[in-house]
Amino acid sequence: MSEPVELMDVDQALEQFDPAFGIEVHVELNTKTKMFCGCPTEFGAEPNTQVCPVCLGLPGALPVVNAKAIESAIRLGLALNCSIAPRSRFARKNYFYPDLAKDYQISQYDEPIAFDGYLDVELDDGTVVRVAIERAHMEEDAGKNVHVGGATGRIQGAEYSLVDYNRGGIPLVEIVTRTVEGMGERTAEVARAYVATVRDLAKALGISDVRMEEGSLRADVNLSLRAKAADGEDQHAVPLGKRSETKNVNSLRAVERSIRHEIGRQAALLAAGGAVTQETRHWHEDTSMTTPGRSKEEAEDYRYFPEPDLLPVAPSKEWIEELRGTLPESPALRRHRLQESWGYTDLEMRDAVNADALELIEATVAAGASAASARKWWMGELARTANNDGVELADLAATPAQVAELQGLVDSGRVNDQLARQVLEGVLAGEGSPGEVVAARGLEVVSDDGALLAAIDEALAAQPDVAAKIRDGKVQAAGAIVGAVMKATRGQADAARVRELVLTKFGLEG
Amino acid sequence: MSSISRDDVARLAQLARIDLSDVELDRLAGQLTAIVDAVAQVSQVATPDVPATSHPVPLTNVFRADEVRPPLGQEAALAAAPAAEGGRFRVPQIMGEEP
Ligand SMILES: [Zn+2]
Repeated sequence: MSEPVELMDVDQALEQFDPAFGIEVHVELNTKTKMFCGCPTEFGAEPNTQVCPVCLGLPGALPVVNAKAIESAIRLGLALNCSIAPRSRFARKNYFYPDLAKDYQISQYDEPIAFDGYLDVELDDGTVVRVAIERAHMEEDAGKNVHVGGATGRIQGAEYSLVDYNRGGIPLVEIVTRTVEGMGERTAEVARAYVATVRDLAKALGISDVRMEEGSLRADVNLSLRAKAADGEDQHAVPLGKRSETKNVNSLRAVERSIRHEIGRQAALLAAGGAVTQETRHWHEDTSMTTPGRSKEEAEDYRYFPEPDLLPVAPSKEWIEELRGTLPESPALRRHRLQESWGYTDLEMRDAVNADALELIEATVAAGASAASARKWWMGELARTANNDGVELADLAATPAQVAELQGLVDSGRVNDQLARQVLEGVLAGEGSPGEVVAARGLEVVSDDGALLAAIDEALAAQPDVAAKIRDGKVQAAGAIVGAVMKATRGQADAARVRELVLTKFGLEG
Repeated sequence: MSSISRDDVARLAQLARIDLSDVELDRLAGQLTAIVDAVAQVSQVATPDVPATSHPVPLTNVFRADEVRPPLGQEAALAAAPAAEGGRFRVPQIMGEEP
């Protein structure tokens, strides 16, 4: 490969160039069945067990549109502030690749279902950037290839390939932005925040699982550079450079890193007097690099034409308005509302958002816990456990209702903080609700004064010197007795109550 | 009037993975030009009050409910495949990049 491996430092590149980017996000809808047939859409099924003549492209099979997919596409379009086309149609996109059973993909071309919208994207510091949406159109997903032979499992060097069509025909909505320019050093951050916002929106709408690691949300990132105008020169007169389209950008981190990589790569090429090739590139997570694919001019001739087997989609105004009524609060508004009602600091809120804990905290508060205690559990002990186990918070065995119940036990004094952690351990181990764990493990605080007084007497007898000090009015010496009682009760005493009892015994005030 | 050049035919043939000889390219360029020109006459009768149509059936919104129908099953799905392995269709080495 004759590609220069030298990258220009991104800061240096940004002094000379202004990046422009566009993003295509593919959102896989979570309908029960495929776009054009009744095959199920479960993730991870045995290969070719969710296929039929339609999605295998067998002769004579005819597609029929899934009403739920149309509904989801319209709701997503509305949430992206798009106009919904009173009439849109499907088109065939022709290309040859084994993951495409029919040798064409049913997509939309000149009449997308949604167009001309925008999405307000909030950055970490609260800055809001409005990203213009060109269109959102419906299409079907392709199957999956496995390459066999060769060392890497990649296409290069493979002897043959194996195809699973389970994913073929699952409905997708592809959201295409207009070009975003003038973001300078925040370019990569804006791109990442945009994809995160689309993810949150699709999740709030309930139309997709939006799991980037499972491919139900995928991004292609276009990037080009425009040289900064010399003094006195009109910036708008400087032409935009050729763009690369990076495919396979399948995590938020990769969105940010692939953009930085492309800025550095293109800047190095241009600064050395070279030219950027208009091409498709592939992102490699392992090496944090892009490598070239086909040149765009060759690839883009898809010979679209209207799909003759499908009728136009013409949603009525009434239906569109009905669907508009089902839109959830926007994720940004929701965050602001929750932060205000919970009284979290910006930092606390950001941590909760990044940990995907908002829903869990919200449900915990709804189950009766205070916002502060809900945060304490989810962002403390539970976040640590999830982190150690390498799972998401939501995948832990503890439910919001159980966390609220546990906090209730703490608030009522039935368990102290230390015992509460042991109770949580039991809940996470699947031993039942906090109440059940307390009963089964015998973790309740000893609140019976008689039992505590007996333990205090025992401790005083064992440490006569300490007893003498307390008798002399040395209040702080009581700590040693409290400690001994806590130890004797295996942490199940209420330390404050023990202290109170010790002092009362000697006629002292705390 | 539209005209289809020999280069156009060669490019379309390449996109459609059809191997054409030089003689065929020349012949098809002439024939396709005649066909395209004939179709173009339609646009002369199209007036603004004639709506464009991509479908002869005057229907819209033909949908199905999102309800699962039993799929074929792996064995049936692969029954007519020229080659299969591990429950998947086996295809020859793929030349070229992912689309
Ligand atoms: Zn099917």
